Amino acid sequence: MNKNLVLLAAVAAVAVGVAQFAYADPVSDKLVIDGKEMITRAPAPEGHPFKEVLSGWLFREPETRALEADSFANPGMLYVERGEEIWNTVDGAKGKSCASCHNDASETMKDVGAHYPKWDAETKRPINIELQIDKCRTEQMGAEAYKFDAADQKALTTYIKYQSFGTPVKLDLAKGDMQSWWDRGKKEYYTRTGQLNLACASCHEASMGRHIRADHLSQGQANGFPTYRLKQADMVSLHNRMRGCIRDTRAEMPKAFSDELMALEVYVTWRGTGLSVETPAVRQ
Amino acid sequence: MQSGIAVVVAVSVSMLAGAAWAEDIAPGDVEFADGAVSAALTGKPGDAAEGAKVFVDRKLGNCLACHEVSALKKQLFHGNVGPSLDGAGTRWEPAQLRAIVTDSKKVFGPETVMPGFYSLNVGVNVRKDLVGKTILTAQQVEDVVAYLETLKE
Ligand code: HEC
Ligand code: HEC
Repeated sequence: MNKNLVLLAAVAAVAVGVAQFAYADPVSDKLVIDGKEMITRAPAPEGHPFKEVLSGWLFREPETRALEADSFANPGMLYVERGEEIWNTVDGAKGKSCASCHNDASETMKDVGAHYPKWDAETKRPINIELQIDKCRTEQMGAEAYKFDAADQKALTTYIKYQSFGTPVKLDLAKGDMQSWWDRGKKEYYTRTGQLNLACASCHEASMGRHIRADHLSQGQANGFPTYRLKQADMVSLHNRMRGCIRDTRAEMPKAFSDELMALEVYVTWRGTGLSVETPAVRQ
Repeated sequence: MQSGIAVVVAVSVSMLAGAAWAEDIAPGDVEFADGAVSAALTGKPGDAAEGAKVFVDRKLGNCLACHEVSALKKQLFHGNVGPSLDGAGTRWEPAQLRAIVTDSKKVFGPETVMPGFYSLNVGVNVRKDLVGKTILTAQQVEDVVAYLETLKE
């Protein structure tokens, strides 16, 4: 047999192998939390590479899934409580708290987080919850912006996202230049980075459902953020997670809230359109 | 006395390393033909036992991140991003294995997820301390290829 034939046969064998593994099963369980059924599978929006978008919850080990399903056991709920405290605490030169302007978050913030990032007409760029909090702090409260991943930033973001618990993610790409940020985010999603030469899509699209070492690769959805990560025993913000994934390709990490990561946040959040906000989700 | 010996050993080791390096084919000069690299990358034959270590080491080949190997069952967590490598030494000739490990994109096409282990054709924004460096050395590639040849069906 000549070398090329051997090669062809082997490539065919690879293709068969791939087909066998291709659907290494996200579970088919339902996620019900406090009597509310979460949407963990949704038909993908037009222009999406998958037919169905899947929550990262479906890819986790049974114990991790159980922890998220039980809001008494979910350690992320402590951050929701802490966030509520901050919401009601006066800070900054103007003697105001979030509640001074927004009153009861369960009414004024209901479903708000499910539609972020959104267009910010003032800064002419997309804004996420963390940056919106900073805007309120600096402009309305006379307080300082939070440092990236400060404990209070994560708790307050978690609390605000929790007011959309169960609500399907949906972005408005028609506002301002959101569409061009989506375009940029898409380009970045498929750009290979680092010495390992991998893109987001290499792991979360081409290899979705497979194992990379011990990790069952999900679609890399943003709907559960901030997320409680068992490995870190702490809340993890979306930008922290994306930076970690980029670092793992042996690339330099972009700064949190940089244009690069904001564009990715817009695009990655869109890729989860229709999934329930699961904040605070639990992951390994 | 002891430190004197250490110095002598260190000098001779670095001379050895230097000598091996001089004979290595640089990453940009590796010649691919029909999905194979027929010339060895170094003057020293691959060592399968060393190759097994490189294969498993998470900081070097980390091949188990993406591949299963039944012979390495003792190691935890074999990934399945790529196919099982059981029988890879039967399916492929050594020159083909060398091509796959050196730069898999030359064999499987640009879309493959498998990194090129002796290639400078890498992604953007490479970590500063790794710019211009390959994941494995030429000798480590030869060693890994020797190891893969032991994976017979
Ligand atoms: C080398 C493989 C790899 C690459 C490349 C990669 N990721 Fe990940 N990512 C993982 C793994 C492993 C996990 C944890 C398991 C899972 O949820 O898939 C993860 C998790 C995530 C999560 C959390 C999902 C959840 O349900 O909590 C997000 C969001 C994410 N990645 C986004 C990205 C983005 C954006 C990029 C590109 C900038 C990227 N990833 C690149 C391996 C990768
Ligand atoms: C990030 C994932 C990844 C890593 C790490 C990786 N590979 Fe691969 N490998 C693949 C994929 C995917 C394929 C299948 C080729 C394709 O379809 O693109 C493959 C194919 C192969 C093949 C041909 C498989 C066959 O049996 O026909 C060999 C041999 C191989 N890899 C060896 C290695 C070695 C040796 C290492 C470590 C030095 C390694 N791989 C690291 C993903 C990876």
